[in-house]
Amino acid sequence: MLGGGILKGLAVTARNVVEGFVSKERLTTVQYPEERVPQVEATRDFPFLVFDGEDPMAGLRCVACQICEKECPPKCIYIDKSSDKKPDATGKPQFYPARFDIDISVCMSCQICVEVCPFEAIKMDVEFELSTNDRFGGLLYDKHKLAKSNEYYNHVHPTEAAAVDTKLAVERAKAAARAAAATQPKPAAVSPAPESGAQA
Amino acid sequence: MNTELLGVPPDTITRREVIYDQEGETLEISMGPHHPSTHGVFRMDVRLEGERIVRLKPVIGYLHRNHEKIAEGTTYLGSIPYTDRLDYFCSLTNNWAYCMAVEQLAGFEVPDRAQYLRVILSELTRLQNHASAVGFLVQDMGASGTPIMYAFREREKILDLFEALTGSRMMCNYMRFGGCRVDLPAGWIDQLKALMKTLPAFLEEFEKLLVSNEILMARTQGVGVLSAKLAVNAGVTGPMLRATGVNYDLRKVDGYGFYPRFEFKVPLGEHGDVYDRYMIRVLEMRESVKILNQAIEQLPEGPIIDPKAKLRGFRPKPGESYGRLEAPKGELGFYLISDGSPNPYRYRVRPPSFVNLTILEDMCLGANIADAVIILGSVDIVLGEVDR
Amino acid sequence: MSSIQIADQIFVLLKHWLVGRVPVSLQPVVGILITVIPIICVFPALFAITTILERKGLGRIQNRYGPNRTGPFGILQPLADGVKALTKEDIIPANADKVVHFFAPVVLVMLVFLAYAVLPMGRNMAAVDLDCGVLFFFAIGSGTEVAVFMAGWSSRNKYALLGAMRAIAQMISYEIPLILSAVAAIMIAGTLNLQQIVTQQAGYSGIFPHWYVFTPWGFAAFLLFIISATAESNRSPFDLPEGESEIIAGYYIEYSGFKFALFFLGEYLGMFSISAIAITLFLGGWAAPFSFLTWVPSWLWFFAKLVTMILCFIWVRGTLPRLRQDQLMNFAWKFMLPMALVVLTSAACWRYTEGWQRWAISFLVVIIPYSWLGHGMMSNRKLEQRKYRFAE
Repeated sequence: MLGGGILKGLAVTARNVVEGFVSKERLTTVQYPEERVPQVEATRDFPFLVFDGEDPMAGLRCVACQICEKECPPKCIYIDKSSDKKPDATGKPQFYPARFDIDISVCMSCQICVEVCPFEAIKMDVEFELSTNDRFGGLLYDKHKLAKSNEYYNHVHPTEAAAVDTKLAVERAKAAARAAAATQPKPAAVSPAPESGAQA
Repeated sequence: MNTELLGVPPDTITRREVIYDQEGETLEISMGPHHPSTHGVFRMDVRLEGERIVRLKPVIGYLHRNHEKIAEGTTYLGSIPYTDRLDYFCSLTNNWAYCMAVEQLAGFEVPDRAQYLRVILSELTRLQNHASAVGFLVQDMGASGTPIMYAFREREKILDLFEALTGSRMMCNYMRFGGCRVDLPAGWIDQLKALMKTLPAFLEEFEKLLVSNEILMARTQGVGVLSAKLAVNAGVTGPMLRATGVNYDLRKVDGYGFYPRFEFKVPLGEHGDVYDRYMIRVLEMRESVKILNQAIEQLPEGPIIDPKAKLRGFRPKPGESYGRLEAPKGELGFYLISDGSPNPYRYRVRPPSFVNLTILEDMCLGANIADAVIILGSVDIVLGEVDR
Repeated sequence: MSSIQIADQIFVLLKHWLVGRVPVSLQPVVGILITVIPIICVFPALFAITTILERKGLGRIQNRYGPNRTGPFGILQPLADGVKALTKEDIIPANADKVVHFFAPVVLVMLVFLAYAVLPMGRNMAAVDLDCGVLFFFAIGSGTEVAVFMAGWSSRNKYALLGAMRAIAQMISYEIPLILSAVAAIMIAGTLNLQQIVTQQAGYSGIFPHWYVFTPWGFAAFLLFIISATAESNRSPFDLPEGESEIIAGYYIEYSGFKFALFFLGEYLGMFSISAIAITLFLGGWAAPFSFLTWVPSWLWFFAKLVTMILCFIWVRGTLPRLRQDQLMNFAWKFMLPMALVVLTSAACWRYTEGWQRWAISFLVVIIPYSWLGHGMMSNRKLEQRKYRFAE
């Protein structure tokens, strides 16, 4: 019958209006900025540098290996290696970045820098309300602005941070065990053959 | 469309030569890059005789971003985020096609779990793309946005799933050479199963709103007819081709990514008009739901990336490869030539929207100017892909 | 008078009291002013309320909130829109016909307001009680089409002219089913006087009213009238002349600022007045729907019905896609016009039969041509619901 399809359409629309008043399933608007969508854990927005401990610069995990700078597709990371070394979390002296800038107006949040970093030093942040009036300087983040603590990392990405912490703890324990074994006084190297056999 | 009116026998491959020579007062307008019809920056130079279109020239290039040249200067890994931005609605299928091409070059084997994950994400992509394509088509007809809002409400749920897994709603950047980037977080499968329960109800409601609507039928049936012969000769693929009745779905033809393990059917149209293309997309959505349900059940445990695959310092052997798959818009292909260095020597994308757009003129000749917008909507283009 | 009657006639009583306070020589003028000024204030206020109602209604249909930042629930939005319209720069194209360009919106609004003179908004509450009220209304309504053409012509813009010509073609085509379906109601009522048409429908049998919409021919005539009214006011799904910004702009593309607002005002006021006539002719005007509800003032019922009809217009706008120009014209001439004639026949059958037979006969006279015509229209264009086959 002519008009039947139109009436069915009108019925669907009317149902949507009525249900929109009673159920949150229909009217899914989140009135930003008063309400916010809860943050999903895996969200990635722009990178940040992780530091352990209290002092941001001393505890930075980054050793300026410049792998992330090379792998970044739009080349938005600028690193200057330092000329001296400072001890890292295991006490071993490492280079550190004298300058670590990320231009977030270029960054496309692809997370490749995070994937290739061997030291778990750079991770993805979840902040997106970063607008500023300063078009050029305001969007170029230096290492002071990028450094955030490990507690913060645990706060925004709990599962991922827990896995990273476990892995780092294991590595550090191994490194510490190796260091302890190295500093122990070696047994007297008088009997060659069984010793070398045991040490091999 | 009445070809007899144009004085053209119905079996001709193209009607352009006949039409261009016609005399008479014509009005030339340009449906410029700023369009209310939401398909991106695309221009059509249309010559009208009264209400009828006698010539239509598509002008593209407003979104050209040098994607292929950039890829020649970036490593293979670094190109993956750029492929997200080709067809920005369906980033995951873009990723998969590119990774397929590279895996062919390098000889990586993808583990089972990764293949299933790829299939699940690809079908989710197809669902959300067809939902928004149908919504855009109906909005072009002037339904003041109602069906599109319903479609986007469901699409949001799918995008939430993407965000929970890949970290981003649209630019997913998830596939890697030899598998996927991360494994599923806790609760993702449950969220997906909950979505699969509510989606059929949404599809029913959507169909009820639109399928038997007389105004919709009057505006889309018989409009923009494409013959199967012309479609095959022009290289058209995807729902447009299947709406003309040609049975060609790469998921069945190539059988990539474990698709032969799933039971699903390929819907075919008959008339090749706008209504058929729109209905084919709706039916394909239902088939995608079926595939998803089967894939969720069969999902095995295991590694998600080939252990041979390296992230950094990846230099495939010299050679060439072509990786293609059935993207929601048609056949998406990546052609790579490698010369042993970390960057590709030649990187070429075969975008489905670009090839489907070549016959826009043939479909629109003789139609009303108001129909040109609807025909363009039914081709379902994304300018990111057309212009690269 | 009892308090119910006072509430019902309160505006009439107020007017008489005010006119009585004025010296005799001025009384006719003051009387006219007191009648006209409330109409000029109330209906634009209703227009303002309708704009916010439409935006929030469309929003709710589309599963979103409408405007809700300006004032609680967005009720101050019309104020914001008004300020915007008033403070925008008034641009006139350089080679436009300036006089005609200026007068087009003025003519439109003037004619539309003139049509409100005969509407019975309550018991004894029509501004002018004309014996040929319906004729006056439709004559004025056809005059608004001149304003549309003035706008399109004076802009010296070929797209505006094309849009205006389409709009006029549409409006003229839909005048005929509009008037013919009104004629059915007039035939049964036996008078062109709008107040008397309402009083004829104000009776009750049991608790059910005698509205013409509850009869078979009346229902069909009402539907035809409403569809034609939607086309006359250029509203969705017949808004191709104005919603055609996809390709060719509407006839008021060269207008900005206050004149644009006047066009909007004119269009919406036209919608209100046609809905009011539909209510008067078919829905019983200011009569209450059930006999136990007659204590509610009559003007309240009129406005309640008007607002309900406006909501229905918004509902239809939010659901249906647009018809193309040629399909629109086809629909008017090949479906609505024959149906209007059929409805006239059915009304005539109703007049000359009695009892349950009059219901059966007039129902059959409407339904059989409707299904036949409807089926013919669909199959003529080979519109059908298709079945799709699957490969293998």
